[in-house]
Amino acid sequence: MTNQYRLSRRSLLGLATATAAGVALAGCGDDDGAKSGPGGKTIRWWHIANTDPMLSEWAKMARQFEASHPGVKFEITPLENEAFKTKLTTVVQAGNPPDIFHTWGGGVLFQQADAGMVKDLTADVGAWKDTLIPTALDAYTTGGKTYASAVDTGMVGFWYNKELFDRAGVTAPPETWAAYLEAVRKLKAANITPIALAGKEKWPGHYYWAYLAMRVAGLDALRQAAADKNFETPDFVAAGARLAELVALQPFQTGYLAAGYSTADGQAATMGNGKAAMELMGQWAPVVERDNSAGKKGLGGKLGFFSFPAVDGGKGKITDAFGGGGGFAVGKDAPPEAVEFLKFIAQPENARIEAKTAGVLSVVKAAEDAVTDPNLKLVSATMAKSTGFQLYLDQAYAPAVGQQVNDSVAELLAGKSSPEQVVKSITTAAKQG
Amino acid sequence: MLTDERRPAPAEPRPPVVAAPRRRRPWPTVVAFVSPALVLFALLVLTPIVVAAYASFFNWNGFGKPTAFVGLENFRRLLVDQVFVGDLRRALLLVVLSLAIQLPVSLALAMLVNQPLRGRRFYRMLFFAPYVLSEVVTAVLFTMIFSPNQGLANHITRLVGLGDLGATWLADPDTVMYSLFVVISWKYFGFHTILFLAGRQAIPSELHDAAAIDGAGPWQAFRHITLPLLGPTIRLCVFLSVLGTIQLFDMVWVLTAGGPIRSSETLAVTMFQEGFKRFHVGYASAISMVIFLISLTFGLLYQRFVLRRDLEGAVTTIGDQR
Repeated sequence: MTNQYRLSRRSLLGLATATAAGVALAGCGDDDGAKSGPGGKTIRWWHIANTDPMLSEWAKMARQFEASHPGVKFEITPLENEAFKTKLTTVVQAGNPPDIFHTWGGGVLFQQADAGMVKDLTADVGAWKDTLIPTALDAYTTGGKTYASAVDTGMVGFWYNKELFDRAGVTAPPETWAAYLEAVRKLKAANITPIALAGKEKWPGHYYWAYLAMRVAGLDALRQAAADKNFETPDFVAAGARLAELVALQPFQTGYLAAGYSTADGQAATMGNGKAAMELMGQWAPVVERDNSAGKKGLGGKLGFFSFPAVDGGKGKITDAFGGGGGFAVGKDAPPEAVEFLKFIAQPENARIEAKTAGVLSVVKAAEDAVTDPNLKLVSATMAKSTGFQLYLDQAYAPAVGQQVNDSVAELLAGKSSPEQVVKSITTAAKQG
Repeated sequence: MLTDERRPAPAEPRPPVVAAPRRRRPWPTVVAFVSPALVLFALLVLTPIVVAAYASFFNWNGFGKPTAFVGLENFRRLLVDQVFVGDLRRALLLVVLSLAIQLPVSLALAMLVNQPLRGRRFYRMLFFAPYVLSEVVTAVLFTMIFSPNQGLANHITRLVGLGDLGATWLADPDTVMYSLFVVISWKYFGFHTILFLAGRQAIPSELHDAAAIDGAGPWQAFRHITLPLLGPTIRLCVFLSVLGTIQLFDMVWVLTAGGPIRSSETLAVTMFQEGFKRFHVGYASAISMVIFLISLTFGLLYQRFVLRRDLEGAVTTIGDQR
């Protein structure tokens, strides 16, 4: 018993060092990609659709592709979101990326591209670029080079409970920050929790700061700040100050700092059970609310959507959208058929399957009509009118900077930091690289 | 082990009674049996340590070979990193709490279930049950218990009239470490109780009988017989408790992910954050080196100065004389 105990506790340290070193070792090792099957036609495909319907739909498409391309064999690894990130990091750092793998684009993808781990797809994807919506490839393109093909897209906005808004006397969704704060006050006065927030997971919190930064400083300022590695400008401080105004109203549910997102008592459940009036979340929110609510019903027709309000005197427009989607990158040693397959799944008939069964917003123009869900239609319509697009900051920026944005904003949301400290620590992280 | 009541404490190696007869060593056999283990040890234990140590001198994001040599810069950064310094402080807090509360409570429970009371076998099993659960399962369980709106903990506080005192269990940076300590204690007290119990049962009953005849009360008997003879077990429990705390990861990761606002991060959690979330692999390696050095230094010093008596078998001879 004693020895087992010591072993298990020590193995943790062992595991930790072993992982760090495994990474290091692999990094030092040579790059023989001896993993393709006979003829080099095995395509290893990692995606994050680990539940149906897409789990089987993707598999079906792979079978079809195998049938039309003799000799090609798929090896599909569906992984859960977080597990995927960790596992992918390890194999990519080991110089052995999967042939096709899910990506959210932005800083993480560009870091992989810098290291030569993914293929430059500018020419390939360029061939079917015109079948996609205009901003589709932005998240995967840097310096004129595209490193992934886009599959779906979406944006973040306020999902609200119409019934609770009515009860609090908020008649129309607020369009300015001042009106928004007023709505929060009214909800508080009516004894309704205004906002559900998953403080434990940090990324939902960063949406607030990011949107305010977009509204106050504008999209160009966010891009410029990343390039200059300097966020210490009056506009970014002002964005934090607006957020501090909201935090001062104590709008979040009890214990929000430890709440998860899609857990039993988390943000989505709080919203789905009608215990909070709104949440700032992406296009997937209605589905997750429904799945985590009691009785798996969600809010149904009571759910509404409005864009993040504009800030008076700000440089950004209320029509500037913030969000992101998923795409597929191709590993450096992948056979040419991998790129072929990306083209295959971007065919309208296949994109329509995704839009219809999985309830995602496809980037393929011809598949737009397949969206039937009223909530998604709302998002789709808002996106169609958008004047600009910003990828999630924790994806757009280099990983260290993105994580720092999340951490610093979390401190601000907990009331343990000031707007000045937030921009200072983000700047420090950006300079450290 | 639960039923084997006559088994001596695990920490008591018996001294060899008779010296082994000198023989010529069968070298081929030794090599054949030792080398697989040695190769594995070198490959899976020594190499990672060396590579991590090497990586800790670089500013490296994990892609390709490390090239940007920065010397001791990563370690210098550690000293001014609020989170890392906080990690050390939190580790110290957990160690102090464990030694001051968890171990004494375990000891008291061991003494209790050593008494002839009805259903003590059942209690022993009950106390030991949490230890059988994995840390992840425990953490998920307590996420539900500490859940602010539907959790059992808050339900109970409401029942006893303490109102909403408990909404803050894991959500408040000021209380999260104590909540964490409660969960750790819940998980590991049974393990220590079993160790203490085994140690207590290895004490020959003649000693207590003699003390009783000489007129010693229960407290005197505990203070002057039980406690000194439990010395080796206590020292072992302290050792395991301290090392376990320094390396704490899974429980924290699942329970709080180090939050809120990094106020419950441990050394290992910070290492993971830096290495796998921020891709500061060089910096994370520096943290892993610090964890390794702290554990190693503590382990060596503790064995040298505290466990030495036990390893020499000064106390254990009593066990052999019965």
